[in-house]
Amino acid sequence: MLPALGVLFDGAAYGMLLFLMSVGLSVTLGMMNFVNLAHCSFAMLGGYVTVTLMNALGWPFLATLPAAFVAGAAASIVLERIFFRRFYNSNELNQCLLTIGIVFMSIATAAYIYGTDQQPMQLPSYLQGSFTVAGIDLAVYRLFLIVVAALITAVLMLTLESTRFGAQVRAAVNNQRMARGLGIDVDRLFAVTFALGGGLAGLGGGLALPMLGLDPSFALTYLIYVLIVVSVGGLGSIAGSFVAAMLLGVADMAGKYYVPALGSVLIYLVMLVMIMWRPTGLFGRR
Amino acid sequence: MSGSALSARGVNKSFGSLVVAADVNIDLPPGVRYALIGPNGAGKTTLINLMTGMLRPDSGRIVLGDEDITALPPEERVRRGLVRTYQINSLFPHLSALESVTLAVCERRRVAPTWWRPLTAYRYEIEEAHAILVRLALGPVCHRRTRELAYGQQRLLEIALALASKPKVLLLDEPAASVPREESRELFEAIAGLSRDITVLFIEHDMELVFRFASRIIVLVGGSVLMEGTPAEIAADARVRAVYLGEAHRVAVHG
Amino acid sequence: MTSETLAAAASAAPAGPNEFLRAQARWRWSEIAFWLATLLPFVLTPDYLILASQVAITALFALSLDLILGFSGIVSLGHAAYFGVGAYTAGLISVWGWGEPLTGLLAAGLAAGIVGYITSFVIARFRHLALIMITLGFCLLLQEAANDANWLTGGFNGLQGIQTWKLLGIFDFDLYGYTAYAYALAGLFVIFLVARRIIHSPFGLALRGIRENSARMPAIGAPILSHIRTIYTIAAIIAGIAGAMLTQTTETASLESLGFQRSADVLVMLIVGGTGRLYGGLIGAAVYMVARDQFSGLNPQFWYFWIGLLLIAIVMFLPNGILGGLELLARRLKVWP
Repeated sequence: MLPALGVLFDGAAYGMLLFLMSVGLSVTLGMMNFVNLAHCSFAMLGGYVTVTLMNALGWPFLATLPAAFVAGAAASIVLERIFFRRFYNSNELNQCLLTIGIVFMSIATAAYIYGTDQQPMQLPSYLQGSFTVAGIDLAVYRLFLIVVAALITAVLMLTLESTRFGAQVRAAVNNQRMARGLGIDVDRLFAVTFALGGGLAGLGGGLALPMLGLDPSFALTYLIYVLIVVSVGGLGSIAGSFVAAMLLGVADMAGKYYVPALGSVLIYLVMLVMIMWRPTGLFGRR
Repeated sequence: MSGSALSARGVNKSFGSLVVAADVNIDLPPGVRYALIGPNGAGKTTLINLMTGMLRPDSGRIVLGDEDITALPPEERVRRGLVRTYQINSLFPHLSALESVTLAVCERRRVAPTWWRPLTAYRYEIEEAHAILVRLALGPVCHRRTRELAYGQQRLLEIALALASKPKVLLLDEPAASVPREESRELFEAIAGLSRDITVLFIEHDMELVFRFASRIIVLVGGSVLMEGTPAEIAADARVRAVYLGEAHRVAVHG
Repeated sequence: MTSETLAAAASAAPAGPNEFLRAQARWRWSEIAFWLATLLPFVLTPDYLILASQVAITALFALSLDLILGFSGIVSLGHAAYFGVGAYTAGLISVWGWGEPLTGLLAAGLAAGIVGYITSFVIARFRHLALIMITLGFCLLLQEAANDANWLTGGFNGLQGIQTWKLLGIFDFDLYGYTAYAYALAGLFVIFLVARRIIHSPFGLALRGIRENSARMPAIGAPILSHIRTIYTIAAIIAGIAGAMLTQTTETASLESLGFQRSADVLVMLIVGGTGRLYGGLIGAAVYMVARDQFSGLNPQFWYFWIGLLLIAIVMFLPNGILGGLELLARRLKVWP
């Protein structure tokens, strides 16, 4: 029972990270139907920004996190304005190819600048270590992760439900044409949402450093997990992304702990079954 | 009632609280030309979708001839002779007109799955496709890609595709939609030239077409049948005028 | 080479319907020139015959992807799964004592075909993002499973102990590569003829119908699911044969034969060459692999930088790849083979 709770805790922390990295993609996919496979490159960017600021410029860890967010948001806006907006009405294959091209270039650039090794980083002392509660070892950092991500999730949900911006986002996801007809500036809305999603991904990348590490292949390795979260959770659904990310995080941790020989087979199997059962995701529309 | 080519009996369909079909009963005797009219959003195309199997009714039955086809998938209904055209062209942009119609003929004759014989060996299918296109005045352009055809020609190609499936019952969804006046003559002739073996139901807003071709008109409003009658009866009915013909009729009378 | 451009040419000089269709299926001099050119490596670059055989094998794999992606519009990010099944089948048969290449090919094609047929039931039902995720997921699943089942597959190190017997009992697969290239090229040509026949058959027309407007197909009475299952199985068989050829000519079978990397690479090759043109995959494979060989001294990271840039450029400026670009050029210059 006790190891199970520990697995649950670690899984929840991992799930929160996946959520931060995925929610932006889910919303932009649901809103504009644009398959952005470069989404994890924003997360990777956030990670490298954090590492550079900490190791080269001596910034404290917590201060780098907003910078990671800004970096992700800025990169999103630039790419959206220059490339993505031309392909909103294009077919999925072209969107995949365009964004895969960007992923390749981002990986190569990261390798060129930073090399292919894992980036070293040192957590501040107050975030290190663990404490024991009722016989379970809880890592301080993972608790920090869960708290931060939960706060952000709450802010997101609040924004979505209670603000005008949130209502516009929900309308545009639900029916883009109708939203335009109502006078909502969908293009600007999308740019802002894209930036927000990219920023959250960047933040996720920074936060992921102690748990997932960082090397140039990050953009591809975690893209697969992000895609699983988005397809299983449902396009355009924040709640769906949250549930799917939690399920995936816990399932992955449980799999690695209880049946390590199976590796990721379990994850892919579950994903396949879920998509076949609900092609538009758990909380997707249609 | 046996003896009817196609009938919808007690068909109901809703999307949540939106009712798109409410206890619809339609009966088409063999060989007739009926028109289905109604204001936008009345559910006319939805009814076609229900009849052709693109949508499943919540309750009710669709009967083709003697057979209850309510549970059949769309391609099976086409096989049995229930064919439709689309209000917005649904063609094969990069295929030539000849290839498009030949494909429809091949599918009908079940030869489409043969991957080991060349297409040119199927002379019968190609000749039949060509003949259909010639009958619809598309002969000279049959080699052109669909996307290069004029809009009126594309509407004719819609009908050609439908005819290639040898329909017993043909559902035409606004065949004259957006066709400019200069190009609509061939279209009218094509519809007039349809064999009397085929039962035709067409949705139309173009009243000239309706009054010219239809022997009977069904009026659909808000998902249910308001009334059914001869063109004269429909034109005279106050309810229909109020709902649909109303303003246009008054304008015509007072010039 | 394609119906689009032929239609443009033919509409200038209308012929009877049958003649028009036959004109599209005719062999053009550029095609004959292409196949004659494939014989050149024997004479001009005999030191590179092993590379040439790899190109031919990869071209065959790209051809199989073109059948489902370029002609039928089925976007698959995991086609390497069938390549890998074929590769490992041929490898395992050899390890278990039977190294005859031609029967090994048949067995690999059969195995890949069975897996393709079973998965086609799922594939045919989905489109858009769900289809992309399912094909990707299946490929990753297979890769992980193969990695875990290292008692069967040799895991990370690959299958050891593969030995390919002499072809037809006479020709040895040696390091000079004559047999390897002749074998791969012959296989490519024969299967190409089959693919060409498929494309110009009623079934090929139905596939293009699915690609152009899959929603309209049931409305003309087409059993669209059955069509998709058929072509998907055929494409899986061809991919399996290509995988087997790789195993037999290199006497190794490893995880990278069924991984995402290979799926992505073949997709890039096909896009670069041009989809839906039969020759696009062949040309794309040749260009990609020769370039990669030339730049093999480079760090793999830099290779992917340029590939990424190329992808973006192609999607933005030349969506129909090299062949599409050549067609545009030929039309401009009013030269048509």
